[in-house]
Amino acid sequence: MHPIVSRPRQLALYVVVWIPLTGLLVYLFRAAGLASQEAGMLLWLLAPIYALLCLLAWYPCQATPLHNSGVVRIVVTHAMAAALISGAWMLLAMLYVSGLLFLEPFQGLSHYAGLYRLIFGTGLLIYLLWVASYYVMQTMESTRKAEQRATEARVLARDSELRALKAQINPHFIFNSLHSISALTSIDPAKAREMCISLADFLRTTLGMGEKTLIALNEELELIHRYLAVEKVRFGVRLSMEEIIDERALGCIIPPLLLQPLVENAIVHGVAHLPEGGWIRLNAHAGDLLTITVENNFDPEYKSKRRSGIGLANVRERLETRYGKDASFLATADGDCFRVAISLPVERSAAA
Amino acid sequence: MSEKIRTVIVDDEELARQVLRELMSAHPELEIVAECANGFEAVKAVTELKPDLLFLDIQMPKLDGFEVLELVGNDMAIVFATAYDEYALKAFEVHAVDYLLKPFGADRFEKALQHARQRIGGSGPDRNRVAEIAQSARAPGEYLDRVVVRDGTRVHIIPVAKLDYVEAQDDYIALASEGHKYLKQQTIASLESALDPKNFLRIHRSYLVNLSRVAKIEPYGKDSKVAVLTNDARLPVSRAGYDRLRAVLEGKG
Repeated sequence: MHPIVSRPRQLALYVVVWIPLTGLLVYLFRAAGLASQEAGMLLWLLAPIYALLCLLAWYPCQATPLHNSGVVRIVVTHAMAAALISGAWMLLAMLYVSGLLFLEPFQGLSHYAGLYRLIFGTGLLIYLLWVASYYVMQTMESTRKAEQRATEARVLARDSELRALKAQINPHFIFNSLHSISALTSIDPAKAREMCISLADFLRTTLGMGEKTLIALNEELELIHRYLAVEKVRFGVRLSMEEIIDERALGCIIPPLLLQPLVENAIVHGVAHLPEGGWIRLNAHAGDLLTITVENNFDPEYKSKRRSGIGLANVRERLETRYGKDASFLATADGDCFRVAISLPVERSAAA
Repeated sequence: MSEKIRTVIVDDEELARQVLRELMSAHPELEIVAECANGFEAVKAVTELKPDLLFLDIQMPKLDGFEVLELVGNDMAIVFATAYDEYALKAFEVHAVDYLLKPFGADRFEKALQHARQRIGGSGPDRNRVAEIAQSARAPGEYLDRVVVRDGTRVHIIPVAKLDYVEAQDDYIALASEGHKYLKQQTIASLESALDPKNFLRIHRSYLVNLSRVAKIEPYGKDSKVAVLTNDARLPVSRAGYDRLRAVLEGKG
């Protein structure tokens, strides 16, 4: 789309700009020795014609955008285009002048030897002027578009994070927990109450985390402990968890609910399928990067067809939207051990 | 109804079994003959004890609820008890009498029991079809990754990658894997449809072969052929089977 022709306001502005430009041409023609009457007679027609011709300068600019064209290509393209457009203008001027020569007052023009050189020269000059303006417009436009894209990306990232957070709370976990509570109400009411509270704590914390963009690793670990408190009632001795957290890692900030899904995945696809129980090992270390691994054993014979990887895919997606190439995510299975390793930049909260 | 209803409870969570025990305690005619915490135990208990009523969880270690039924049939009244609602359709396809969604209470339990009593009084469905139904209830484009076989009260899990070939034998199929043959009550056609056609091909009315095991095809007699497998087993290839085999092998080449 031509930026001027396609927009009435730009077109009006273009016409307005051509008024001083025509003035400049008149000045140049007079300075070159033409009489004001002659310059006026030439330019009242030639200037608007050239205004039309200069609209064409947009196309070579479009064909050689500044940011991804070589200098040689830009120079050659515009040299050719400039020669063509001013050449065309000069030819039209020749036609016009040959007509004017029939009129008494303008027969003096035939004595003016450098007339066409002058027209061609000023044509080149004005062409280049417009090329410069088009490039400025192009740059402004692409900057605006880049900003728009960046805003859209931010909105998208935020959306996908929220969606991911909502998907994190596994409804089956809640239903199974409620079923366990209902079992406890008659055999151990105190424990039933305790489990209600654990479940409520976990849900409240999870829902509250949706509003935060970053939390301390410490807080995430607390959430995991709440989660495990509930699962421990369901799985009893079948569930064991070990944590090796480096002191420096505790204060690092991470997106909320980054690790809980990994632990949940370890339970749903690991411990839940092992009659004799399973283990989960959580390891966090802060060096140049914050590296966190979650390992668990699983039954390699039992291939889960269900929901597999949704939690993991969410974590991967969120790491990607927030940190891009600065974060990594690797899930590997080796024998009966499943391992997810993530690494992300070390950041500490401003308050800490 | 004075006769006892012999019941087996299958759930990997102790507390979930507790709920059922408690709800059953209001009905003295219900007798719990076994409680199982995983699929293997369930197959053993049901095969040995032949209960009238089975409460069955779906997501369990070792074998899921549907695999358990595939191995033990559905001669009894089956009530699924699970937190997952997405298996309800499949549950009714295997003729379960009810589907309890956790958490459930006495009201819902009573209804399930009522359905179970009707089934126990009436006649059961054709049990031979359970394996087929259980396997056919797959998402399109999704194939079995393992086959479960029962040998008495023992369960064998055969990953399909370790399956050499399958041979039809009357009402049974024999699954050959790592030098062993496992018998299963199922038709060869239904297993064929549950396996990925990219890996398994019917080379004969009675033979289904794992394509990666085929070493060569040799002529046999006048105009018949045999497939020689990597473990030197020789399987007859019918004319239609040979055409299919050639189409696949040439397509790959």
